[in-house]
Amino acid sequence: MRIFDPHIHMTSRTTDDYERMAAAGVQAVVEPAFWLGQPRTSVGSFTDYFDSLVGWEPFRAGQFGVRHHATVALNPKEANDPRCRPVLDVLPRYLEKDGVVAVGEIGYDSMTPEEDAAFAAQLALAVAHDLPALVHTPHRDKARGVERSLAVVAESGIEPGRVVLDHLNEVTVKLVRDTGCWLGFSIYPDTKMSPPRMVELLRTYGTERMLVNSAADWGRSDPLLTRATGEAMLLAGFTDDEVDQVLWRNPVEFYGQSGRLDLSDDDASEPTFAGNSILRGGG
Amino acid sequence: MTPNELRAALRGVPDPEWLTAAVRGVAAQPSAITRFFPAAGRRCGRAELPDLPGWTADEAARALLLANLPAEHAAQAEALYRTGDAAEKRAVLKALPLLPIGAAAVPLLHDALRTNDTRLVAAALGPYAGHLDAPTWRQAVLKCVFTGVPLAVVADLDARADRELAEMLAALAAERQAAGRSMPDDATALLDRLAASSQPHHREA
Repeated sequence: MRIFDPHIHMTSRTTDDYERMAAAGVQAVVEPAFWLGQPRTSVGSFTDYFDSLVGWEPFRAGQFGVRHHATVALNPKEANDPRCRPVLDVLPRYLEKDGVVAVGEIGYDSMTPEEDAAFAAQLALAVAHDLPALVHTPHRDKARGVERSLAVVAESGIEPGRVVLDHLNEVTVKLVRDTGCWLGFSIYPDTKMSPPRMVELLRTYGTERMLVNSAADWGRSDPLLTRATGEAMLLAGFTDDEVDQVLWRNPVEFYGQSGRLDLSDDDASEPTFAGNSILRGGG
Repeated sequence: MTPNELRAALRGVPDPEWLTAAVRGVAAQPSAITRFFPAAGRRCGRAELPDLPGWTADEAARALLLANLPAEHAAQAEALYRTGDAAEKRAVLKALPLLPIGAAAVPLLHDALRTNDTRLVAAALGPYAGHLDAPTWRQAVLKCVFTGVPLAVVADLDARADRELAEMLAALAAERQAAGRSMPDDATALLDRLAASSQPHHREA
């Protein structure tokens, strides 16, 4: 089983995790920029963090044979702090980096006017830099947050097929399914979504445009729940090909829209497809 | 290494027109390099260049862009390093000997040598490392041994290795031996060479 985790915060994880992930079949990850638990108070701590997402963390991942890409943004929670808003001004230079495959996580936390402004400005940056967008949906007041996010996405003019709405569940999946946007699901030990519930959603809504991630971070989370979801799919009668679509080909297709996905072997000269180098052989 | 050698080795890249236009672009408008520099990997590829051992296509393309900056703009290399991702930083480090900047970029080597990214450490020890003072250079060589970077990346290794470095390597070897761990073969070989050269010379009559 080859696995691409399209949303995981490896900065918060240990080398033990990288080892276990690689052994479980995780060959590639995307690490979205997000908040760190402790609020930041200056632009400098963001740029150091972004530099790590395009510098140290890909190097660390590479030592375990895991390909690491990132998404970069001012997250909705910290968009509310005036000391952090100038982060928007340094984003353009990061959005030109090879390893940056989308703008994210953007979206809503508490649905404030400040979050509205940062969300719209960063969707415009995604359009300007020809990148997809990763939209975090809020934990509180989620359904209304999803509806409002979809409205902002529609207004921005970004193509829906270049947007994923993440952290969806049984209620919010219905709001997104027919919009043309991608659907992200974060499989958690006991909150957002579980492997058996995810299998039910895949049965009901199919495997197209569905992204399954662990969203593992500094909170209670598990980087192997992508694998557990693949196994639950097989037990429920999904084919190997359907598992491969959900856990590998879908994230490759979504982030491949950046033209910057590099899944080639380190030392090999690989043909490219639409700017992306594709992993030899797969499987 | 010269810009002409870089250009020749890059002949087979996927998008040679882009590279030609970018090289002309930075010569005419130096500030344009901030746009071309990060894009070089996806335009030129990242594979090893068959005609230029030790260089990848993205490194060579970026070095060529830097070498084509008008001389009075060569200092932009520092900003590109400071705002670069790991691959961009590596390319700047490898390009330094091509640039008319004297020893001005030594702080970039210090920055790279402080990291734990072995690819940056290796890139900092090319010919430009001739500008490093002896204590810094010795620590850098020792760091290579410590982190498994092959000593073949160190420019002028034998010419510069001195008794002090030999003592530091011997101390590391003793620690490793006490711990039941081995030294990399290339470090043992260097130590042997240094020991041999410190023996009293037989003068020819």
